Amino acid sequence: MKAPRFSYARPDTIAEAIALLTRFGEDARVLAGGQSLVPMLNLRIAAPSILVDINQISALNGLTVEAEKVHVGALTRHAHIESSTDVSKYLPLLALAMPHIAHPAIRTRGTFGGSCALADPAAEIPACSVALDATFVLAGPNGERRVPAQDFFQGALTTALKSDELLTGVEFPKSKPGYAAAFGELTRRKGDYAIVGVAAHGFISQARLSDLRIVIFGASDRPVRARHLESELEGKEASSECIRRAATALDADVEPRDDLHATGETRRYLTRTLASRVLSDLMKVGVS
Amino acid sequence: MSARETLAARQISRDDSLVGRSIVRPNIRRHTEGGGHFVDDIKLPRMVHVAFLRSPHAHARIVSIDSNAAARMPGVIHVATGKDIAAISKPYVGVLRHMEGLRSPPQYPMAVDVARWQGEPVVAVVAESRAQAEDAIQRVDVGWEVLPAAVNMEKALDPSEPVIHESYGSNLCYRQIVDTGGVDEAFAQAHLVVEDTVNIGRQTGVPLEPRGLIAAYNAADRELTVYHSYQSAHLMQGTLATCFSMEERQIRVIVPDVGGGFGIKIHTYGDEVAACALAIILNRPVKFIADRFESFQSDIHARDHRVRGKLALDREGNILALEIDDLTGIGPYSMHPRSSSIELLEVVLFTGGNYKHKLYRARGTVVFQNKNCMCQYRGVGHPVAFAAMEHLVDQAALKLGIDPAEMRRRNLISDDAYPYTSPSKTRFEILSHQKCLTQLLKLMEYDDLRKEQAKLRKRGIHYGIGLASFFELTNPSPLIYGMGGARIGTVESCTIRLDAGGQIVVHTAICELGQGAETIVAQIAADAVGVELSSVKVISGVDTLSGPTGSGAWASRQTGTVGEAVLQAGLTLRKNILDVAAVVLQTSEEKLDIINGSVVMKDGKRGGNVSLLELARIAYYRGNELPSTCEPLFMATHQFRIKDYDFVFSNGAAGCLLEVDPETGFIDLLKIWCVDDCGRAINPKLVDEQIRGGMAQGIGPALLEHCIYDDQGQLLTCTMADYLLPMSLDVPDIEVHHVQTLTKTSALGAKGIGEAGASAPPGAIMNAVNDALRPFNAKVTRQPITPEVVLEALGKISQVSSVSRQA
Ligand SMILES: Cc1cc2nc3c(=O)[nH]c(=O)nc-3n(C[C@H](O)[C@H](O)[C@H](O)COP(=O)(O)OP(=O)(O)OC[C@H]3O[C@@H](n4cnc5c(N)ncnc54)[C@H](O)[C@@H]3O)c2cc1C
Repeated sequence: MKAPRFSYARPDTIAEAIALLTRFGEDARVLAGGQSLVPMLNLRIAAPSILVDINQISALNGLTVEAEKVHVGALTRHAHIESSTDVSKYLPLLALAMPHIAHPAIRTRGTFGGSCALADPAAEIPACSVALDATFVLAGPNGERRVPAQDFFQGALTTALKSDELLTGVEFPKSKPGYAAAFGELTRRKGDYAIVGVAAHGFISQARLSDLRIVIFGASDRPVRARHLESELEGKEASSECIRRAATALDADVEPRDDLHATGETRRYLTRTLASRVLSDLMKVGVS
Repeated sequence: MSARETLAARQISRDDSLVGRSIVRPNIRRHTEGGGHFVDDIKLPRMVHVAFLRSPHAHARIVSIDSNAAARMPGVIHVATGKDIAAISKPYVGVLRHMEGLRSPPQYPMAVDVARWQGEPVVAVVAESRAQAEDAIQRVDVGWEVLPAAVNMEKALDPSEPVIHESYGSNLCYRQIVDTGGVDEAFAQAHLVVEDTVNIGRQTGVPLEPRGLIAAYNAADRELTVYHSYQSAHLMQGTLATCFSMEERQIRVIVPDVGGGFGIKIHTYGDEVAACALAIILNRPVKFIADRFESFQSDIHARDHRVRGKLALDREGNILALEIDDLTGIGPYSMHPRSSSIELLEVVLFTGGNYKHKLYRARGTVVFQNKNCMCQYRGVGHPVAFAAMEHLVDQAALKLGIDPAEMRRRNLISDDAYPYTSPSKTRFEILSHQKCLTQLLKLMEYDDLRKEQAKLRKRGIHYGIGLASFFELTNPSPLIYGMGGARIGTVESCTIRLDAGGQIVVHTAICELGQGAETIVAQIAADAVGVELSSVKVISGVDTLSGPTGSGAWASRQTGTVGEAVLQAGLTLRKNILDVAAVVLQTSEEKLDIINGSVVMKDGKRGGNVSLLELARIAYYRGNELPSTCEPLFMATHQFRIKDYDFVFSNGAAGCLLEVDPETGFIDLLKIWCVDDCGRAINPKLVDEQIRGGMAQGIGPALLEHCIYDDQGQLLTCTMADYLLPMSLDVPDIEVHHVQTLTKTSALGAKGIGEAGASAPPGAIMNAVNDALRPFNAKVTRQPITPEVVLEALGKISQVSSVSRQA
C-alpha cells in the first residue's frame, strides 16, 4: 500500500495547470483534496506519472454570488460550503446534502470539484447538481466549455472531462421563491456513501407540486432524474398516500445495481421507500 | 487466612489503596503526545523491507515463477519463493495433542506448489524500501493452474467438493461431542421444544497498528533478534526456535509498544516467519509491516459458525435440556500453535453454561475450506455460544408468554450454587449471574422501558429490548494449551526492587496493548509496598532475554495472573524493606508499616519515621551504618500460576435498546447497559474501557462487520470502506456497572474481563431486533443483521444477497 513513484507539480494558475495536463495527457492526474485520489494511489488503482496539485490556484477557490446564479469554485472545500450562509440561502438543497458527505475531517480537505470529477455514483454533490440543473465549467487548451450536469456524469467514475481539461467550477441557478428542497439517504454507517439517496427540488403552491426535479443516487451508475415519478406527481396535490403510490413509477426510472450492501431488488425497494419519505418532507417544507 | 493473605487483603483495600480506584494511566500522556514506540518507529542500520506477492486465487497450483524482471527493479535486493524459505524454515503443525482427532498438515511459511487461500504469501521481494518492493512485486510473473475451491462450509464435507488435503480423503478437521445422556427422553417429554438455527458471520480483529516485525540476524553468534508487534513474546521465541532448528537462547524477541492485538497477534503467520528467514538468508535486518489490504487477507478471521439449537422446556419455562450442532469452516489449515478448533470447542463446552439444566448434547464439526485461516480472536466462541443460547431462551419465552427477564431469572444458575459443574463438565468457582441480572434490570429501569416500548409501538415506533447473560473464560491453567504440547505458558513472574533513588521498579512480562496493563501493575505494586504511584516505574515492553518469563496477553489473563505475581513480589519486598528499617529504627518489624513511601510506627508514635529513599541510601551507599548481620535484599521475585481450577470464569449481564425501522430495515442502536463481575476491579475505569471496547467489537459482527467472500473464494472486503467497523457514531452510550465477587484462586481476587464485552452484544442485539419485530411476526437469525436481513424477515424483499447469506 505504497503509491508507485510519481512526479509532482504545483502550478499557480489555471493556464499552467492546463499546460501540464496537455503535456502529460492520460499520465497526469489532478490533485485536489486528495481524499479519494491518495487512497487510490496507495491501493495502486491509479498510477499516474505526474500529479498536478491545484491547491495553489486561488482562482479556483470560493463561492461567488451573482444576480441569477451562484458559482462554486472547484477547489472550494466541503466544509466551507457546509457553513456558508449564501449556500443555505440560495442553494438550500446543497445545504441539506453537505453534512451527509463523509466526516468532518474529510470535509475539511475534500473539494467540490474533486467530488464532481470523481463521479462516485453514490456521491451527494453530483446528485444535487443534477437536481438543481447546474452547469459545469471546464477549461482546456482551447478555452472554456460549459456542460449541463445531466451530461457531465456519464457513468461510475466517468465524466465529460477530457484528460487535458480542468473542472474550474460549477454554476447553480439561485433557488427561486416558492421552491422547496428535501434530501435523504440511507447509509450503513453515518458518513458512508449512500446505498441509495434522493435529492428533490420543486415548486409548491397551494399544496401542489410543479417543476419537480427528483434525483436518485447510489442506485445506478450515476445520479438519475426520476422522470416518470416527476411526471406522475406534476401538478398533483401530493398527500403521503399519493406519493407512496406514485413511487412505484421509480421502477421505470432506475435499474438498481447489486453490490456488497444490497441487491438490486433491495435497492429498488429502498429507493421507493426513501423517495416517499423525501417527497413527503418536501411537501412539509413547501407548505410550512 | 494466613498472615500473608491477611496482609495482602489489607494492602489492597485500605482507604488510601490505589487498587480499586480509577486512576489515570501513567503512560497515557506519552501515547497521546505521539511518544509511542512501535515496531514501525524502529530503524536499524542496513535495514531492508519485504513485501509479499499473495495468491490471487483461493486454490491454485503454482506452475512457474519468473522473478527475473522483478530482481532487476530499482532497490531490489532479493526475491524468494516458498521453496526458498522452506529450505531454511521447518513447517509447523497447528494441532494440540489433547484434542483427539484434530488434524492439520504441516504448513510452510509461504505456499509451496499449491496456494490454498487467496492472500497466502507466494513470493517475497526484499528491497531498500517497501515501495520499491511493491513495485517489483508487480513484475513477478506466476503461472497458475487454478483448482476448484471448497468455499462453502456447509458443503465442505460433500463428496462432490474438492478435497483440500488429498491424503485426508475429506475436508474434516475436527469433531467434538458432548453428551450427558437423557437428552432424547427430555425432548420426548417436554411441554415445549423450541428449535432454531443461528448464523454468525466471519469477522476479524483490525488492530489499529497492523502486524509487523523487524528481524535482525547476528551471523557471528547465530542469534536472531526480533522486534515484534505481538501479544506473546515468549511464544514467538519458541516458535522461531523450532522453525529454524535453533536453541531458544539464540532467539530474542522484544515487544515494544503494541497498538492493539485482540488475539490477532498470538498466532504463527507465514509472512512473519518468512521475514525472519530472509533476515537469516541476507544477514540484514528485515522489516515487515502488514498493510491494511493484506491484513484483511491474512490476519486471522474468526466466528463463521452455524449453530442449530434445540431447547426442551416444562410448562413453567424451566429449561430441561439443550442440544446444539455447531459447524465452522476454518480455512485450509488449523492455525499454529493454538489450533483453529478452540473456538468451536468453546461453543460446544459453553453454550448454555450459565443455565441450570442438567441434560446437554452437543456436536461440533470443524471443516477445511479455501478461505483465510480462522483462529482465536477476542471472545473466542463465547459470542457464538451466547448468541445461540440467548436467542433460544427468548424464543422459548415468547412461546410461553413469559417475559425474557423472568425467563432468565428462573433458569440462570443461582448465586449460591457454587462451585458448580456444568453439563459439559466445566467447573465454575464462583459466579453471580442472578445478582448481575437483578442489577442490570434495575439499571435499565426495565419495567418502565417495557411500558415506554408499548406506548411507542402504538405510534408506529418499534423499539426492541434485548438481554444477554454471559460468562467468560479467563486466567487459564496449563490445561488450555500447555498440556497439548504448545509452548504457551500460564506462569507469570515479577521482579520488583527498591532502587538507590528510592524508586520502586517493577519488571514483569506483561504486554501493554492499550488496555492499561502497565497501569494495573503500577497500582498493585504501589499498594503492595506502600508507596505512591509516582514512585513506581513499570518497565515497559517485553524482552525474552532481559525480562522475566511470561505468557502475554490472551484469554483475559494478565491482570489476574501477572497482577498476583506483582502483589506477592511487592509484599516480599515490603517485608525485606521493613527488616532493614527495623534495624535502622531499632525496633521490630511487626511494629512498622510503610505508608506513602515512608516507614512509620504502626502505633502512630512520631520520631521513628524513615523514608524508603533514606533506607535505600543507607543500604546502597552507607552500608557501614548497618550491623554486619543486616543483609538488605531490596529485590524480590515471585512466580504465580492458577492451580485450583482449570480456568477462572467471570460473568455479567447486558441489555440493549434499539429501534428498528420496519420500512427500511435499518437499526438504530440507542443504548447498551452492562453489569459485569470480574472479581476485584483493580481499576474500574479500565474495566469500563474493556467492556466498552469489547462491546464495540460485539456490535460490529452483530450489525456491520463481515468478511465477505464470493463463491470463488475471493475476499471482497479488503479495505476499511468495505469491511464496516463500527465507528464512534455507531456505538451508543454504554453504561457499565460492576459487581465484585472475588476469586479465591489468588490473593488479588481478580478475574479477567478483556473479552467479556465482545461476547454479549451479538445475543443482546439479536434479541432486541426480534423483540422489535414481534408485532410483525418476524425474526432474524443471521448476523450481521444488515438492513437486507431485516427486510427479508419482514417479507419486504424475496431474498437477501448471496453475500449476506454467507454466515
Ligand atoms: C472515508 C471517506 C468517506 C467518504 N464519504 C463520502 C460520501 O459519503 N460522499 C461523498 O460524496 N464523498 C465521500 N468521500 C469522498 C470525499 O468527498 C472526497 O473528498 C471527494 O470525493 C474527492 O474530492 P477531493 O478534493 O478529495 O479530490 P481528490 O481525491 O484530490 O481527487 C479525486 C479525483 O478527481 C480529480 N479531480 C479533482 N479535482 C479536479 C478538478 N478540479 N478538475 C479535474 N479533475 C479533478 C482527481 O484527479 C481525482 O481523479 C469520502 C471519502 C473518504 C476518504
